[in-house]
Amino acid sequence: MSILIQGGRLIDPASQTDMIADLLIQDGRVAAIGVDLQEQAEQVIDASGQVVCPGLVDLSAHSREPGPAQRGSIKTESRAAAAGGVTTLICPPTTNPVVDSPAVVELIKDRCEETGITRILPMGALTKGLEGDQLAPLYALASSGCVAFSNGRNPFTSSRVLNRALEYAATHDLLVVFNPEDAALAEGGCMHDDTTSTRLGLNGIPSTAETIEVARCLLLVEQTGVRAHFGQISCERSVHMIAEACERGLPVTADVAIQNLLLIDENVNGFNSAFHLQPPLRGQLDRAGLIQGVITGAIQAICSNHHPLEKAAKEAPFANTEPGMTGLETLLSLSLMLVEQQILELPQLIEKLTLAPATIMGIDAGKLSVGSRADVCIFNPELSWSLTPETSRSRGKNTPFMGYPLRGKVTHTLLNGHTVYSL
Amino acid sequence: MFEHIDPNQIQLTSEGELKHFITVEGLSRELLTEIMDTADSFVDMGAKQVKKVPLLRGKTVVNLFFEASTRTLSTFELAAKRLSADVLNLNISTSSTSKGETLKDTLMTLHAMQSDMFVVRHSSSGAAHFIAEHVTPDVAVINAGDGRHAHPTQAMLDMLTIRRHKGDFTNLTVAIVGDILHSRVARSQIHALRTLGAAEIRVIAPKTLLPRHIEALGVKVYTDMQQGLHDVDVIMMLRLQKERMSSALLPSESEFYKLYGLTADKLALAKPDAVVMHPGPINRGVEIASSVADGDRSLILDQVTNGIAVRMAVMSMAMSGQTKCRMETAESFETRL
Repeated sequence: MSILIQGGRLIDPASQTDMIADLLIQDGRVAAIGVDLQEQAEQVIDASGQVVCPGLVDLSAHSREPGPAQRGSIKTESRAAAAGGVTTLICPPTTNPVVDSPAVVELIKDRCEETGITRILPMGALTKGLEGDQLAPLYALASSGCVAFSNGRNPFTSSRVLNRALEYAATHDLLVVFNPEDAALAEGGCMHDDTTSTRLGLNGIPSTAETIEVARCLLLVEQTGVRAHFGQISCERSVHMIAEACERGLPVTADVAIQNLLLIDENVNGFNSAFHLQPPLRGQLDRAGLIQGVITGAIQAICSNHHPLEKAAKEAPFANTEPGMTGLETLLSLSLMLVEQQILELPQLIEKLTLAPATIMGIDAGKLSVGSRADVCIFNPELSWSLTPETSRSRGKNTPFMGYPLRGKVTHTLLNGHTVYSL
Repeated sequence: MFEHIDPNQIQLTSEGELKHFITVEGLSRELLTEIMDTADSFVDMGAKQVKKVPLLRGKTVVNLFFEASTRTLSTFELAAKRLSADVLNLNISTSSTSKGETLKDTLMTLHAMQSDMFVVRHSSSGAAHFIAEHVTPDVAVINAGDGRHAHPTQAMLDMLTIRRHKGDFTNLTVAIVGDILHSRVARSQIHALRTLGAAEIRVIAPKTLLPRHIEALGVKVYTDMQQGLHDVDVIMMLRLQKERMSSALLPSESEFYKLYGLTADKLALAKPDAVVMHPGPINRGVEIASSVADGDRSLILDQVTNGIAVRMAVMSMAMSGQTKCRMETAESFETRL
């Protein structure tokens, strides 16, 4: 099977390419790149006026499988990913059962292969059952294909256990991912603790719930030498702490969910449960700090933090609803707002959605040069569209951006040289 | 991105009349005055031989209490009965929800019984808002307390009580004392006092019982009660729940009483004609001394009487607005046919 993608603006951050060029794909790999390629192909995609870039790599997307099928499955969420130009999903270990045995990893891999629409790379649990008590079999999990290890938002009540988990991960040079949150400070909270929470009478989650945990993790990273990544940080202060650790040479990276770069706690006014998110939407200064972190590179990657939920999970008074929003289908369009707002140049943005997350995870993805795997996203940056419950492929319809006017739409997604989505 | 959501959008008709009563925040001074004026007429009626008016005749009012309550529930029941409504009291905390039914399903069931008004108390902030916006927008929803968010009828009965004793709000310094953090009453009182033009609103509490950035609501914060009560016209005490001691918010009841309990000595720091209020039920010797609660400056029992009148006012106003809305909807439906 060969595909020729003609006349698009090819952006490949890894090779610092940004030019109008043709791309020839053969046998699942990029065979040639050049202006006016004369090669014959079985299929030709006209990409003129469009952007051709590596398939997106999403650092946090819950597929819900294994787990409650009414929230999503590998099949449904893979389709959503493909529609959003995402070709690689890093899935958190918070499935049911959790990813703490190689059998669960095998199950996910099998289902992913069967579906064949996206590459799903699971993260393994750091502790058995995510209970923060006993170590999960990290080496066995890594051998089965886990790309990183995390306890999600499940707390380590014992710093000693956390320290040992990090030491053990360091022994095998495994990457550890933190979603920093001090459970006691966050307990009962459902939004950022500030004037809006005070007015609405909703229990707040103070910024210190995040920053205290960031501090504890950074100190233990320093002590153990483990490679660490902070996933979906929400506070300005966390950005500074992580950047400072980087400057001192600690092996740490960070990502942010696109919604935390666009929305703030004031959006919760009116008790709209679509804005009940985890981590919570913070204040205007936090948002500015996160944007600054993205600009300076203290935050390397942007993710969707995709959390599909069934309808009933959002139909209750705000605090009684489940946190989370879907994001795979809107990740690129929402991220393009950063370009529109002149926060990032388009190639910089593409880098944060492709090469950077792939580099953080140490995986072969996020590149588009001759020889690399043909995971491709083609999008029309000018095309206006809106996500609707009918057109959304994710099983969850829970996003505040449902019906919101968006600009920039994926038209083709290729995985290993096969078209997995076309508009 | 996304417009600021005005709570008025859901509780007012296109003509600016009440159709639900969810929160005091954002309502105009004129509307709050109208509530008090209407309530005033009902206060006088309560003293008459026949205490009933037919304003809600033929209407079904359901009191839906997801949290235990005696005082609020009984005054709402009396208010509905004095308006000639048929009243159903449901203590949901002990029935459906324990069987796993969702709030939405409970409400939809009651809606199918053709209720005209829901009086709702719920432990979650935004519950009344949720019901009015997403579940049964065509049933008048009266918020009888939602989490820490709002208790608008309590605030309005407090405003009526103040107005009946002090006349005007613009010269008043009002202190709200106690557990501000957990109090929906305090939040609604603050919004009402601001809208009615109170000269100064103070909150007095230890830092553990103050929400973050409460000053953004337009209040002065005092952690010292002596300073906070200096020259105030109105003292509004709040109830202190016993659980606060076990959750490390306060060391003991006695220490709280010593520092923030309203005693005759502390009352003496306020203006000579200062009045004392409390939403009840009172904890004698915890937040207020018996001598003050029962003293001649206390308006605690007036508040109860005024509570029935305010609830009658709000229920009749919301029912009237809701009925107009339904007629408009029916008309536009006919036009479309």
